[in-house]
Amino acid sequence: MNAFNLSSSNGLLVKKSFNLGTVLWMLALALVILKFISWTMGAGLPVWLSKPPNFLVWPFADWINAFFNFISEDLGLKSLTRLFASGVEWFLDITANLLYGKSRWPRIGPIPWTVIAVTAFMAGYALRGWKLGILAGGTFVWVAVMGQWKWTMETMSVIVVAAPLAIVMGLLLGILAWRYKNFENILSPILNLAQTYPHFAYMVPVIVFIGVGPKAGAIVTIIFAVPPMVRMSLLGMKKVPKEVIESGQMSGCTKRQLLWSVRVPTARTEILIGVNQVIMQCLAMVVLASFIGMPGLGQKLLQLLQALKIGRSFEIGVTIVLLAITLDRCSKAWAEKQPEHFERGTSWAVRNKMLLIWLGLMAVAFILAYFIPIAHEIKRTQAFSIAKYLDDWLDLFVRFVQPAADWLRAFLIVNILIPLREFYLWLPFWSVLAFFGFLGWRVGKLYSCLVCLAYVGLIGMSSWWDRSMITAYTVSFSVFVCCLIGLPLGIWASANEKRALKVLLICDTAQTFPSFIYLIPVVMLFGVNDVAVIGAVVVSGMVPMARYTIEGLRGVPTQMLEAGQMSGATTMQSLWNIKLPLAVPTIMIGLNQTVMFSLFMMIIAAFIGTQGLGQELQRSLSAADVGKGTVLGLCVAFMGLMIDHMITRWSKERKAALGVE
Amino acid sequence: MTNNTPVISCKNIWKLYGANPESYMKTVNPNASFEEIRADGYISAVRNVSLEIQKGEMLVIMGLSGSGKSTLVRCLSRLVDITGGEILVEGENLSEMNEKELIELRRNKMGMVFQNFALLPHRTVLDNIAFPLEMRGQDRHECRERAMEVIKLVDLQGREDYFPRELSGGQQQRVGIARSLAIEPDIWFLDEPFSALDPLIRREMQDEFLRLQEMLGKTIVFITHDFDEALRLADRIAIMKDGVVEQCDTADKIVLNPATDYIKKFIEDIEKSRIVHARGLADPIADEDVSGEAIDGNATILELSRQLVEDERTNIPVVSGKGKLIGVLNRKKALDLLFGSHNGASK
Repeated sequence: MNAFNLSSSNGLLVKKSFNLGTVLWMLALALVILKFISWTMGAGLPVWLSKPPNFLVWPFADWINAFFNFISEDLGLKSLTRLFASGVEWFLDITANLLYGKSRWPRIGPIPWTVIAVTAFMAGYALRGWKLGILAGGTFVWVAVMGQWKWTMETMSVIVVAAPLAIVMGLLLGILAWRYKNFENILSPILNLAQTYPHFAYMVPVIVFIGVGPKAGAIVTIIFAVPPMVRMSLLGMKKVPKEVIESGQMSGCTKRQLLWSVRVPTARTEILIGVNQVIMQCLAMVVLASFIGMPGLGQKLLQLLQALKIGRSFEIGVTIVLLAITLDRCSKAWAEKQPEHFERGTSWAVRNKMLLIWLGLMAVAFILAYFIPIAHEIKRTQAFSIAKYLDDWLDLFVRFVQPAADWLRAFLIVNILIPLREFYLWLPFWSVLAFFGFLGWRVGKLYSCLVCLAYVGLIGMSSWWDRSMITAYTVSFSVFVCCLIGLPLGIWASANEKRALKVLLICDTAQTFPSFIYLIPVVMLFGVNDVAVIGAVVVSGMVPMARYTIEGLRGVPTQMLEAGQMSGATTMQSLWNIKLPLAVPTIMIGLNQTVMFSLFMMIIAAFIGTQGLGQELQRSLSAADVGKGTVLGLCVAFMGLMIDHMITRWSKERKAALGVE
Repeated sequence: MTNNTPVISCKNIWKLYGANPESYMKTVNPNASFEEIRADGYISAVRNVSLEIQKGEMLVIMGLSGSGKSTLVRCLSRLVDITGGEILVEGENLSEMNEKELIELRRNKMGMVFQNFALLPHRTVLDNIAFPLEMRGQDRHECRERAMEVIKLVDLQGREDYFPRELSGGQQQRVGIARSLAIEPDIWFLDEPFSALDPLIRREMQDEFLRLQEMLGKTIVFITHDFDEALRLADRIAIMKDGVVEQCDTADKIVLNPATDYIKKFIEDIEKSRIVHARGLADPIADEDVSGEAIDGNATILELSRQLVEDERTNIPVVSGKGKLIGVLNRKKALDLLFGSHNGASK
């Protein structure tokens, strides 16, 4: 309320005096008009007005390269990282041997697929019940039967190593950050950056330091998965109730006892949610790491997609989705599982029922595998594949929708995408800069204004301005489409509770898929081009939009709705006048996520089209150009951070003003 | 009480929050009010408090929320470091103890019960109770034995293997109480232990608590915001407001002679005859006529009301529980307390 009063009483003053916001707004507008006028007269603006002037474009990439060279060669960091990598490799060899029989120590693998499937079943069964058991066990049966065992195990062998390492490192860093405030202050901007730093940008330095192959794949996966773990363990440590800590102190805990016997166990739920996030991040990254020579499901999918073998890639897509759902559900079930007691006098066998069943089933599986080869390994030739039928069906389907898809593609490209792109590129740099400064001013006065100016300015100085604008155009168009579909979908779904829960479940599930997956259907429909990329971005970006719309609408306090009803509001009136205004802050958080998803997807999808930052990033990846990769990665991250800053800040203030949680 | 050295004695203790409390402490006027200190940018959670707690005594610290009572008890257990003053626990200066001595003190002499139970969610009832013993590094078997003893004490047999989540609020607090008693502390801090419970359960827990105290005879500092609870349990009550102890005395004396306006307001609506005991209202024996049947000093005036109305003596002898004559009760004074004085009635 105060904020409103203040701004209205200052309203006159603001109009009289010039503030930075209006100045920036007028500047942006004036430049655009100027350019438009000069354009109609057949002339252009001077280059230094419409593009970032040369003296401002600094060779960041060269500096970064020089810096990397210095630390890796002169300071000998390279030998250090290679040492770490060989440590990781030792673990990788063990899991590789156990899971798919790579001939390395301890040379006892491969474990028969039946044993692994049974183990997965028991894990699911013990964590949640037979439904999850069947999902987990079934996933591995599917993998084996479809003849994808080796690729899946190649992928799993990396996850099995990377996830625990990332968890331990994240937990320790989280504890350090909790313990030392200074460390947290250093860490938190890095964590923020890490959230918006594109996948590929992580890979470039890893190529330089480690090389390519499974080892590099594992390490980039670890690096990528650590930040959420740090975040969650820090959050968990901070959330431990003060009283619980005091009770520990009064029980005479030393500092160490207090940490490991009181704080960490009490933060269990948050830490396990961190574990869940680590596992999902690992899966997402391990699939993408195929770009730096990581074998497994991702590489197979990449090859098949590039060869347009839709049926086969669809099979692999199903495997990745099943794996994602299994890993997500199991780790979430673990986080939610609360300890339960046994009655006194329960026998050992009953207490350890799960263990015994597991051992029994494993024994059966081992014996089966010993006598029946097919229970040990299903060879490619024995495998079952539905790719042919799938291809037929998909062909039929595609032929059926082809005219519509072709028309849509042509329409989008000619009438919307190309003009829009030209417009974005036409916009003078200074006016874009001033416009974001103005937006920042509107959201959070001077501070936000400077933040936005800094981000846009740095992108301008990066020598990738045009590329960034291309990325900005595809992202903004995709986000627009996401809202166009996601918002109504969310409103429709939230109309009744049952439907809302169903759609939320679908959204939750879809959010666990590695982004790569979304490429399969769009490539199928549109082939390999810009429209396919935008399609993939829209499909993945729509999910958070719909999800937060539902949550926002559902979160509106019942009392307010009842008050509306008693005032005689119709369903539509109550939607427009009560629900939506109150849900807007939450919906904006959805929008924020949609932007982030779109940015990520944009970069990932670059290999099937688009000329934005993603394409250049992939070039830098194949050229192992750290400087360029880092600069491009930062360009993407800065866009993300700027949007994130504005939306989060706005949404927070709006929530406070509305008094809703 | 034979031993006269107090178990806990605090002299002029202060707890200030703000930018630089230590240096501000040196300049502050000891009689400054809460508002004056706040104007200087500091919050005085505890202000110039002096208290003594005798062995086996139950001191109840009473105050509304934000009055500083929780901070005070945390100063006494040194969960919070005081800004000024001195706290002696069994003659030793609490602030001067190092980490190790403090841990030793807590492991052997102090126990504390918390408002929201503060149980460890990942441990069973038994393991929660054994926790302080484990922290001392005691043998596992011994820990279990002792924990089982305490479980019996608080009447939780059969629930040893439950997790806190599986218990009701009252049961959880029994675990909290048992945990604090596991190491057999001499000093027992209870920070609003029953405030998070339903009124009926609260009553039951108070009875339980009184039973335990009768058995164990600990030195107790009990925090509450509930005046009825304070009256039921306390030997002495310290009433706090804005970090200051307004009055610290027995319930009888607080009700009969409130020290400040704040306390007067506090006891305004209290049915005094229900609180005041015959011994509290009795005068010392002078040369009045003190013959005839005596009344029990530990009975409240309300409990004696019928007898007081029917008895026609001016002065009635009062005896202690053991039958020793301790004073005389002026019947008119008692009746005034029961029915209001003439002046009071005409008001």
